[in-house]
Order: sequence, then structure tokens, then C-alpha cells
Amino acid sequence: MNAELPDGAGYFGGFGGRFVPETLMPALHQLEHAYEEARQDESFQKELDYYLREYAGRPSPLYLAERFSERLGGGKVYVKREDLNHTGAHKINNTLGQTLLALRMGKKRVIAETGAGQHGLATATAAAMFGLSCDVYMGDEDIRRQKPNVLKMRLLGTRIMPVHTGAKTLKDATNEALRDWMASFEDTYYVLGSVVGPHPYPMMVRDFQSIIGREARRQILEKENRLPDYLVACVGGGSNSIGLFHPFLGDESVRMLAVEAGGRGSGLGEHAASLCWGAPGVLHGSKSYILQDEDGQTSPVHSLAPGLDYPGVGPELSFLKSTGRLQCDAVTDQEALDAFRFFAEIEGIIPALECAHAIAYLMREENRTAEDEISIICMSGRGDKDLFEVGEILGLDSSEPQEDEG
Amino acid sequence: MNRIDARFQQLREARQAAFIPFFTAGDPDLDVSLRIMRAAEDAGADLIELGFPFSDPVADGPTIQASYARALAGGQRVADVLDLVRRARDGCALPIVAMVSYSIVFKLGFENFLDRALDAGLDGATIPDLPVEEAAELFGPADERDFRLVCFVTPATTSSRVAMAVKHARGFIYYISVRGITGERSALPSDLAEQIQQLKAATSVPVAVGFGVSTPEQAAGVAMTADGVIVGSAIVKRMAQAAQEGKDAADAALSFIRQLGVAVKDPR
Repeated sequence: MNAELPDGAGYFGGFGGRFVPETLMPALHQLEHAYEEARQDESFQKELDYYLREYAGRPSPLYLAERFSERLGGGKVYVKREDLNHTGAHKINNTLGQTLLALRMGKKRVIAETGAGQHGLATATAAAMFGLSCDVYMGDEDIRRQKPNVLKMRLLGTRIMPVHTGAKTLKDATNEALRDWMASFEDTYYVLGSVVGPHPYPMMVRDFQSIIGREARRQILEKENRLPDYLVACVGGGSNSIGLFHPFLGDESVRMLAVEAGGRGSGLGEHAASLCWGAPGVLHGSKSYILQDEDGQTSPVHSLAPGLDYPGVGPELSFLKSTGRLQCDAVTDQEALDAFRFFAEIEGIIPALECAHAIAYLMREENRTAEDEISIICMSGRGDKDLFEVGEILGLDSSEPQEDEG
Repeated sequence: MNRIDARFQQLREARQAAFIPFFTAGDPDLDVSLRIMRAAEDAGADLIELGFPFSDPVADGPTIQASYARALAGGQRVADVLDLVRRARDGCALPIVAMVSYSIVFKLGFENFLDRALDAGLDGATIPDLPVEEAAELFGPADERDFRLVCFVTPATTSSRVAMAVKHARGFIYYISVRGITGERSALPSDLAEQIQQLKAATSVPVAVGFGVSTPEQAAGVAMTADGVIVGSAIVKRMAQAAQEGKDAADAALSFIRQLGVAVKDPR
């Protein structure tokens, strides 16, 4: 249905485009041409498949969460285990693809922005494996919240570039990475981590992440001999969700649910739910749903999940929302926290706080599916990175025996 | 006649280059901005480029970014900036060009922005995150209102895109002298004069050079070939220093504008 989008100018309907300083236009044109060539080159695809399989550990399992399904009392819930990929999240799908492209373009250095640190880590990992130098921009606040990932990146030989401006989180790290790239694009490749930014990034990152949905589609047909009724994924910028959704866009019976960070409430600054509560605007090079004030100033955002803490969302998801193909909802910090704990106890899988939002959505009474229905959740990452934050909130550090809540 | 066009025509006849200072509206406060705007012509400015504070200015270096953050922290809204221009018009006859992010312009709605900007007394706008392709539908409404949308060219802009910029250029072309973001540079590219000459040969629209011009000497050097010289970060930095030392930021700006104005008008 939408396989032909974006158009030549990078638009998905009225969303997307390329709103960047003139200084960046040559870099984007160069990238667009290089990617177009790579996409049509079978040897590039083969090489990428090789690393995805041998290095990242793909295909990731599509696991039937039996006890979780039973406890909800509805239909079957399958979990696409992106948390089992090397580096612990779906981010490696994209960074292996983009780093191979950087090599093909003859670049010596890669840069990236990161919030939760998962994209930074996946970039640092690919850079280490391919022998490229790597600088990762990260807000001071995230450096504090995500220490394990900071230490891992440093161990892999990456330089962490602390960002002190603005809210000192993902949005500000993205600004700094763009500024770096404007002056450095001749020898530097910018590995953008989500389906946001100027064309061709939203298309390219979607293509690299679509492996999630292609595998899931094949796996569910093998297991159930039919398509799922629901796809559920958390949305920050939107790369894991569009990766799962895109290969199913032509399957009209499959409903798609984007679950955003409802934070502490629906007031501006209390959440990061751009699709649910934002409006069309321009940020970081493309037109999409944005959280901003009536002057166009980017508003502060909040989520307990650092990977969802972003005031915008990808243009393709914005388009799918505008056409009604995509349903959107927001889940609070507290619901996500409850889901995080519940899923760990009942399935032995510690989800990242980000995908705990998707789990929480399905746990709501009103979202229970019928017994003969099938859902797939994208388990975009594992929760190791969140242990310290969550441990503190839940008091897991205490030496007292824990009350049995089972 | 649009004030920008009139000024460049007058300067062309006098065989002089335009000096264009940049500063941020409302940094450190609106009163300082107002005093600079009213005194700028006497200090040697030919045009004013007025920064609309924005939360995420990707094309700007740390100096202007910090300046925007100060103005926003001071509570400046778009309506306050427009009101500043309106008040400055009592005493300021110079052309005033907004430097404003497309994030702001899109949110307000382009035609709404144009009407309000014109009503306040602005003559044009530089929108640094709006490449020519994305501006295609905006040139018409701007032309109808005699409002100048400034196009950008950089050393890395390909010849086909230079042709596009030249086709749509009105008011002046903003030539970005260096790679990267705004901010002071110790040296400008050695082939800058040659690049400016080439661009000038391709268009009858004046070519003004900005990004990286930070001293009277550099300004004088650029004025030898360019039709206009834009200085931003170096002025903003002096204002911030003055404010920090408890001195008057408007005086600091105006005395530096005077030095730069002399350098641009008499480059030899």
C-alpha cells in the first residue's frame, strides 16, 4: 500500500521533507545517492544479512508469551524478541546497515546522538567491529541516568560528547550531532538512530528496521498459519514500531497500535506523546507531529523511559496516523512500571521501560483481546539499562525480604 | 520600494558595501535591542538582521544558541519580538530582516507570519532551515507582499542549486563563507574572494557574506568583493560579556558596530 513512499522529495503525504540549513544539503544528497545505490546492490544486502545473522544473532525469536496471555484472559500474545539481539535492542539492525553504508562511502568516522544510550551503544559496537572512529553525543542528564551504557561505549573505544544545552537529553544531543556533521560531512557519517530527521533518514532507517516485521510476518504465518490481528509497539521517534508495522501495511486486517509515553499526565511538558497530543510542526529537519508551544518553540518532554523522551516522531508514523491506518494511545509512567515488574515476574523477561509501555497497553482492561485473536508486541529492548532507576523506585536495593505480591 | 532593495541600490551607486549587524531580539532584554535598533544607522549599519529566539537553532554555534536561550528564559515570545520591531520603527529607518527558524514560521502559518511581520515593519526574512526546494510555494506570497525571502548559498552548494537560488533570490543572497555553524573563525577561506566573484557574476542580486566574519579586518577584507558583510556572533559575544560585567550591552554592541561599519565602508 505505501511501499512507494516517501516520494522523491522525502514526503509521506504532507509529512517529511528536508528542512535543514543549506550547509547540510550536499551531505544529504550524497547520502541519498549512496543509499539508493546500496539498496539496489545485491552484494550490499548480502553483506548486511551476513552481519545481522552472524554478529547480531538474527532472526530474533517470535515467542508465545503463554502465562502472560493466560493472565490477560484474552487471545494469544506473541513477543518479537528484539531484546535478544547483540547489544540488547533493535538499534543494531539500523547501525549495522548505516555503518556498512559509511564504509561504502569511504568515511573514516561515524557520529551519533543517543538518549537511552541504546543507539549510541549499537553505533559504538558497529564502529568497533568495522574499525571506524566514533563520537556519540549524549545529554548530561542521560549520561547520569544511563551509566552502564556510557561505560560500555567507552570500553568500545567511543568518545562520549556530553551535551550541556537545553534539557540535556536526546533532542539536544541531536542538535549537537547535526552541528558536528555540518562541518565534518566530508569524512564523517552521521548514524541517525530513529526514523526522524531530514530525508533520506526516515526512509533508510525504516528500511533497515523492517527486518523486524519481515521476520515476524514469516514467523507468525509458520506458527499460526494466519496473520495477527494486532501489532503493538512503543513509539519515541518510532523506529522499532515502523520496523514491525511496515511489512504489514498492505495487510488491511492487521491493526497497528502505537503506544506513546504518557508520563505523568496530558499537560504540555508532562509526557512525550507527540502523536496523541502533538500537532504538525517542523523539528530536526522534517515535518511531523511535534510537541511545541504556539510560537513553535519545542516544549519540554517527560518520560520515565529515556528512549521515549523525545518531542517529535517520525514523518511516516505521522502520515499513518493522519490517514487513520495507525491507532495511537499513551501509557503513564506508573502503568509502564507496573508492566515492567509484572512481565519480569510472569515471563522471566525483563523488558526495557520503553517496551513496557507496549505491554502496559495490552494489560488495560479495555484492551483485552478476544480469545481467538492474536497480538504481536515488539520487545524492542531489554531492561538491564533501567535496573538502577527502577530498582530505586521499587526499593529492590533494600536488604529486607520483599513482600510477596505474586 | 522595499527598504532592502532601496538601500542596496543606494550603496551600489556609492560603490560601497552594506554592513549588516546581527543580534538577538530580547537579549539581554528588549530595551537593549530597541536602543541598538534606533542608534544602528548612526553607528554605521545599513541593514539589521534581527534574531528571533528559538529553542533548537541547529545552524547556530554556541554563542548565538546561548543568546537565544537567554532571550527565551527572559520570556520573549514572537509577539514581543514583533512589537519590538514596531516600536523601533519610531526612530529606525533601516531595513530590518528577521532571522527566524522555519519551525516558528510553519507553526504561525506562512501567510500569517508574513502579514504580521510586514505590519510590524520587517522587510524580509532569512530562514536558515528552509532550503530553496521547500520554499517553492512561499516565494509567490512573499513577492505579492513585497517581502524579501533571502536565499542561501555555501561553498559546497552545487551549480544546479546555485542556479535555483539565483532564480528565486530577492533582496540579497546570503553567502555562507565557511563550512559548519555560525561563530567566530580566526581565518576565512583563502578562496573566498574568488567564490564571491563567481556568485556575483551569476546574479544581479546583491551578495552578502556571513558566518565566521568576526573582526574589523576580516569585515574589510570581505567588503572588498562582497556587496554586504554580516557579523553576528562577534557582536553577540561582546554584548554577553558586557552584560556579565554589569556594563551596558547596547553600548558594547554599538561601539563594535561603529568599528565594523568604518572597516566595511573604507576597506582599504
